Amino acid sequence: MKTFMTLTSVLAMTAAGAAMASESVQAEIDKPEQWVLQTGDYKNQRFSKLDQINKDNVDDLQVAWTFSTGVLRGHEGSPLVVGDTMYVHTPFPNIVYALDLANDGRIKWKYEPKQNADVIGVMCCDTVNRGVAYGDGKIFLHQADTRVVALDAETGEELWGVMNGDPAKGETNTATVMPVGDKIIVGISGGEFGVQGHVTAYDMETGEMAWRAYSTGPDDQILFDPETTTELGKVVGADSSLNSWEGDQWKIGGGTTWGWYSYDAEENLIYYGSGNPSTWNPAQRPGDNKWSMTIFARDADTGMAKWVYQMTPHDEWDYDGINEMILTEQEVDGEMRKLLTHFDRNGLAYTMDRVTGELLLAEKYDPAVNWTSGVDMDPNSETYGRPAVVAEYSTEQNGEDVNSTGICPAALGSKDQQPAAYHPDTQMFYVPTNHVCMDYEPFRVSYTAGQPYVGATLAMYPAPDSHGGMGNFIAWDNLKGEIKWSIPEQFSVWSGALATAGDVVFYGTLEGYLKAVDAETGDELYRFKTPSGIIGNVMTYEQDGKQYVAVLSGVGGWAGIGLAAGLTNPNDGLGAVGGYSSLSDYTALGGQLTVFALPD
Amino acid sequence: MKFTVSVLAAGLAVAALGGPAAAQEVDNLTAAYEEGGRYYTEDDVPTYNVGEDGTVDWLTYSGFRRYHSECHVCHGPEGEGSSYAPALKESAVDMDYYDFLDVVTNGRQKVNAAENSVMPAFGDNPNVMCYIDDIYVYLKARGADVVPRGRPGGREDKSDDIRAAEEACLGM
Repeated sequence: MKTFMTLTSVLAMTAAGAAMASESVQAEIDKPEQWVLQTGDYKNQRFSKLDQINKDNVDDLQVAWTFSTGVLRGHEGSPLVVGDTMYVHTPFPNIVYALDLANDGRIKWKYEPKQNADVIGVMCCDTVNRGVAYGDGKIFLHQADTRVVALDAETGEELWGVMNGDPAKGETNTATVMPVGDKIIVGISGGEFGVQGHVTAYDMETGEMAWRAYSTGPDDQILFDPETTTELGKVVGADSSLNSWEGDQWKIGGGTTWGWYSYDAEENLIYYGSGNPSTWNPAQRPGDNKWSMTIFARDADTGMAKWVYQMTPHDEWDYDGINEMILTEQEVDGEMRKLLTHFDRNGLAYTMDRVTGELLLAEKYDPAVNWTSGVDMDPNSETYGRPAVVAEYSTEQNGEDVNSTGICPAALGSKDQQPAAYHPDTQMFYVPTNHVCMDYEPFRVSYTAGQPYVGATLAMYPAPDSHGGMGNFIAWDNLKGEIKWSIPEQFSVWSGALATAGDVVFYGTLEGYLKAVDAETGDELYRFKTPSGIIGNVMTYEQDGKQYVAVLSGVGGWAGIGLAAGLTNPNDGLGAVGGYSSLSDYTALGGQLTVFALPD
Repeated sequence: MKFTVSVLAAGLAVAALGGPAAAQEVDNLTAAYEEGGRYYTEDDVPTYNVGEDGTVDWLTYSGFRRYHSECHVCHGPEGEGSSYAPALKESAVDMDYYDFLDVVTNGRQKVNAAENSVMPAFGDNPNVMCYIDDIYVYLKARGADVVPRGRPGGREDKSDDIRAAEEACLGM
């Protein structure tokens, strides 16, 4: 009896501690002078209430100070600011610097993990890392080799560390983590290595695994309840994933989870998307390949799936579904609804009810998108919610060893992971996009553990019959499904946007410009060329009553690989080859933080 | 297995002709003879064959496909190099064939204060190793600037010998 009493009181204490941890993260998020998560907040809005820098004075912006990270590779993500400390991360080797903002940016501590360099060779498309997260006095880092560590935010001391995957099997990491309640939510990369993707929750205090939910496999692995988990209002039933694969292919089926996570505390649901099914050759994996390319809503405590929606069944183009889910509250037909808006790689923007998983809207957010004629929105139709595939651009229907040409968007999607921002006043989404099309030829490949498992040849080029550039920065209305304005860019926009209460929207370009535009009109208000191309996300914070805007430069990532030498359009004939801009003519490697402020 | 044997045999042939030192002085690009749809230099090193109308040999075409499946996610399109990894169209011309094979098979690391460059070992990856000559020949053709960027136009047909070797290598 005494033992029982002790156990109950321990449980009660743990529950109390959990509640405190959860509230403490939200309390830190609520201070507009800070930036404690990569996504800005749990809703992934990337909106700041700071308005000292506004559309009338942003053209006076100046560089306040800079910091070299000492690493050359592609710099994604952004720094955090908690209290008087800024936390700056780097690509592999994943150094974390704590800078003392009250002391002119002096380095308080530096953490450099020891990782086997072999992991570099199994990271598809550069050794990027999308940054650390803060929760409950700790900094959480998910390293390239999938080791998750908790550091004391004050001292940098390692409190615990746990391996989330096995790099020898091609499991790696590029993503940040999301602290929720008494747990942190952690994803995995390796879709090009035949990894079976999963999301895992670890105890924030101890690093102990709380639950793991795979994207593909039997119900007890994917944490589906055959009687309550729904897709578009219908119960999915038993073995929903297994039934959509041939044989054991689901075991190397991909569906990795390397994107962003959002959280609705009221519903206690986390939202995220899964990546492509492996291989890129659709003929080798008949079926819908569930639940790759899927939006998930899972219970934060148990991982159980409440609802799902597969956007691209049986992918034929590598349109990973991992882009961020942006949570908003907006009026729809006179009624306030809790919405989820998602700009998918497949070129469609989805507006959904995030409580029920109802699909409200699915529209192209780049007019170039041609692989589908649109999503079936009739709830009574057998193909409700499915995109209608245009035969000409179907690499499945055209078959193995056939080169399907002129597919838009390219495999990198109309938008990749680079996150959009939302302004609650304009109710507009500000979206960094790619404007690139491709030829795609699938062929047979065999699987070897830890080796690339791709199975397609790709050629990419700027969208034909357009402005010739490879990107746009757009404002999107998620209720009407319309582009409000669109700024053509020479290169893909690979930088995360920031919207502020000063009615300014910031983003970076691959040439290295930080740009500020008017949130209402899109008119350019300011630009500054930083030392290297920007694939990082813009953030803002306040220190001693002064607002700052900061961004990491450091070209690389998939953009640096695909665009460094310029693109060619084989369909233009030999004369035009090499006629497109090479990114290497504009910028070179180099990791640097640039911090902007208004003059005193 | 078959792959290993043929490399060893070719290696012995080069040794018999005077070794690597002599090999550097000779033409490493021009095809001297054809055998079963494959082209070789005087030193029995695989090479491309591009006709006057731009028609390429099967291996060059196949190498274009395999390169853009296995290599280009790090090394950039058409062997041009990227922000992440070197331009292989230059490596294929500058490096000795057997060194090139060695790096692909066993990998290579250049990790120091200035560089974080890791080439993984592809030795047990049939999608790479069964097509390594294809990839090498394609890159050499790119490096010699006899094949433009983009998808090659006309190509020779796949020979029965090449098809048989491919099936044996893949264990089909």
